[in-house]
Formats: sequence, structure tokens, C-alpha cells
Amino acid sequence: MNKILFSSISKKFVMALAGLFLVLFLPVHLTINFMLLKSDPGPFNNAARFMATFPVIRIFEIVLISALLIHITWGITLQIGNWLARPVGYAGGSKSETAFFSKFMIWTGASVLIFLVLHFINFYFIRLGLVKGNPEDFYSVAHQLFKIPSYAIIYLACFALLGLHLYHALSSAFQTLGLNHRIWTPVVKVFAWIYAVAIPLGFAIILITIWKFR
Amino acid sequence: MDLRLKIWRQKDASSQGSFETYPMEDVSPEMSFLEMLDALNKKLVEQGKEPVAFDHDCREGICGSCGMYINGHPHGPVPAVTTCLLSMRYFRDGETIWIEPWRARAFPVIRDLIVDRSAFDKIQTAGGFISVNTGGAPEANSIPVPKKDSDNAFDASICIGCGACVAACKNSSAMLFVSAKISQFALLPQGRIEAKERVRAMVEKMDELGFGSCSNTGACEAECPKQIRLTNIARLNREYYKAF
Repeated sequence: MNKILFSSISKKFVMALAGLFLVLFLPVHLTINFMLLKSDPGPFNNAARFMATFPVIRIFEIVLISALLIHITWGITLQIGNWLARPVGYAGGSKSETAFFSKFMIWTGASVLIFLVLHFINFYFIRLGLVKGNPEDFYSVAHQLFKIPSYAIIYLACFALLGLHLYHALSSAFQTLGLNHRIWTPVVKVFAWIYAVAIPLGFAIILITIWKFR
Repeated sequence: MDLRLKIWRQKDASSQGSFETYPMEDVSPEMSFLEMLDALNKKLVEQGKEPVAFDHDCREGICGSCGMYINGHPHGPVPAVTTCLLSMRYFRDGETIWIEPWRARAFPVIRDLIVDRSAFDKIQTAGGFISVNTGGAPEANSIPVPKKDSDNAFDASICIGCGACVAACKNSSAMLFVSAKISQFALLPQGRIEAKERVRAMVEKMDELGFGSCSNTGACEAECPKQIRLTNIARLNREYYKAF
């Protein structure tokens, strides 16, 4: 049974499911972030408090963090196996036609992870009491951070890379789950493209608006 | 036409290999790639040098023996052909051609351009069969099979096991090969009986032999000389989940 649970296909299956769950969380986060554009900190801080205290959300939070850890662990494990599978590369390079962004998933994923570490230090760990700060006013924290140029550049770059990650991840997840279809697979690919542009763009627009106009 | 060949030379599995450069003059565009290598070897033998070792057998694209990585592509830059059917007319006069063996931990180099592909045989032996005596040819319509299924099973069954999918994949993954072998049985009633045991055993062997996992890059499909499709990999995944 262990061999089945820890086979390459099973790891990819778990990664795909965990990844899709993380993907679903992004629009929720984006919707809350749009409240940062209001001049009144109330709605955003209330939403943040609701997310931090509502019992159902707390359960989802545990699932979300677990999904994130599993996705990262299996992603790194599989990548190391993949590197080991080809100890010697090709001198003439590879010119095969491929899904371009699929070649950089570990790196785009790593950049998202770097951002998440920053994000957790600035927000999530404050809420958990691991880092000093005021968990009641994340609105001001976000506004202050967005006005730091170096933070803003890292933020925008990481979201651009998240977009590249999402673009391949979404369609790839369905293939990994065995869900391919003559009509629906091309639809998923188009949806992945739209999603991969729309979500990072939404986060970027919020930052740029606050950076330039507030 | 005149060419410059950069060929991987390696005495045996334990030796360090390196690229050697060979100029080739007056190559006919009518030649196949292997005929061009035959001409090179004739020249090397005449010069008292060791000829380049490469796998070949049928020379008509059905045995899967020949296989080398040519200018960044398994079986060369022309889609849907094996190296033996690759014509020299697709190369330019004066071109430098890089010729390398398949690169994968599971396919160690034996000599020059020859790799040990017995890993595929081991995967096949693990479950790529039906455990009954087939006997004589049965009545064709005694077990009805939908046309779509028989077509898809046939398309998967034409995999020649050349290893181009492993060579093309950045992860040296054997998923396209295994998926073809799984699909050709999974789609037919006779193959369904042992479907669960088969997929478990073949995937377990594939992992054990050190092939990488599938990143869904599509390079295998793009380079497969028999045009085995990625839909087979989705089917392999489904079959595997059903085997739990």
C-alpha cells in the first residue's frame, strides 16, 4: 500500500488536488484585498477578523496550510527525483516543442514560496502571535508595505511569476487527475490563461492604486 | 553536401565519454541518416579507426532499435519519423550536427550512441501482458468492441518502445511509454481482467528503475515517432486511481 501511496503518480495526484484547493483560495483573498482600496479601514479589518475567527474558515485554514505544505513537499521531492533521473544533459540542448512554462514550475513555485514567507511574517505570523504587531489593523500594515518601493517590486514580480505558475498548473492538474476531454480540455486551457492573468493582475492593480494614488 | 558531425564517443559504460568532430564531405541528400553514419563508419574503418557504435535493425521505422538525439531532438528535427527514416535532405550544406545518445539514468550508455533500454523490457515484464493462452485466432465478433476503443487501443499499441519519450522529457519520464502499454490493454475487454494488477506493477517498476515523473510538458508527444498521444497519460492516471 505504501508503494501505491508514495508512487510518482500518487504524489502528483495529491499535488494536483492540493494545488487546485490553493487556486480556489486566491479569488477569496483577492476579493478581501479589494477592500484595501476603500479609504475606510473598517471593511478590510472586519473581513480579516472574520477570516481569523469564524469557525468554518478556521477549519478551511488548517486544510489550506496542509495543502500548501503537501504541495511544496511533494513538489520538491518530485523535482529532486526528476533531476536525478537525468544526470547528464544534452550538449546540443533541447529543442522539443513543450508547454514553455512547465519547464520552470519549480522556480516559479519557489518565488511564490519566498513571497509567502514575507507575507506570513508581515501578516499571518502576527495573527498567530509569532511576530510582534497589531493584528487588528492589517489595513494600515498593508498600506505601509505597499508604499515601500522594494516591497512593491518584489510583490509585483512574485505575482507575475505566480501567473506563470498558475497558467501551466491549472491545465496540468486536470491532466494529472486523469480528466481530459475532447471539448473540455481546450476550455480548461483557455480558462487557465484567463485565470493566470486575471488573479495576479487584480492583486497588482490594488498595489499600484495604493502606491500611486493614496 | 558537406557536414560537420559532433558525435558522442564512449568506449564502454564505465568510461568517460566526449564529443569527437568528424567532417563529412559529399553527403547525398538522398541518404538516410543511418546511411550517412554507415558512410562515416566505412571511412573510419578505412583509416584504421574505431567505427561509431549505434543501434539499428529494421531500418523501416517499426523496430524501435535506432534512436539518437540529433540537434536537440530525439530522432532528429523531423516529426513522426525514426532516425532510420530521417532523410539527409532536411539538413543544410555546411551544417554542424550534434549526435548524442539518449540521456537518462534508467538508460545508461553502453557504447557511443547505444544505450541500455532493458528498463523498458523490465516494465513490460512487470505487467504488460495478458496471462492466458491466446490459442488460435478467435471469431472476430464474439466479443463486441466499440470502434472508438479499438482504434484508440490500436493507436497506443503502435508504440515501438524506442525511448524517444524518455529522451525528450526534461525529467526522463517513461509515462508516455507506460501509458501506451497500459492503454492498449485497458481499452479492450481481454485486458480489463488484469487491469488493476497491471497498472500497479508497471508504475511501481517504472518508479523503481529511476525514471522521472510527468510534468505534462508535452515534449514526449511532440517527439514520439509513432505520435502516441498525451491522452494516454491521462488514461494511465485514471487506471492507476481505479486500481486503489
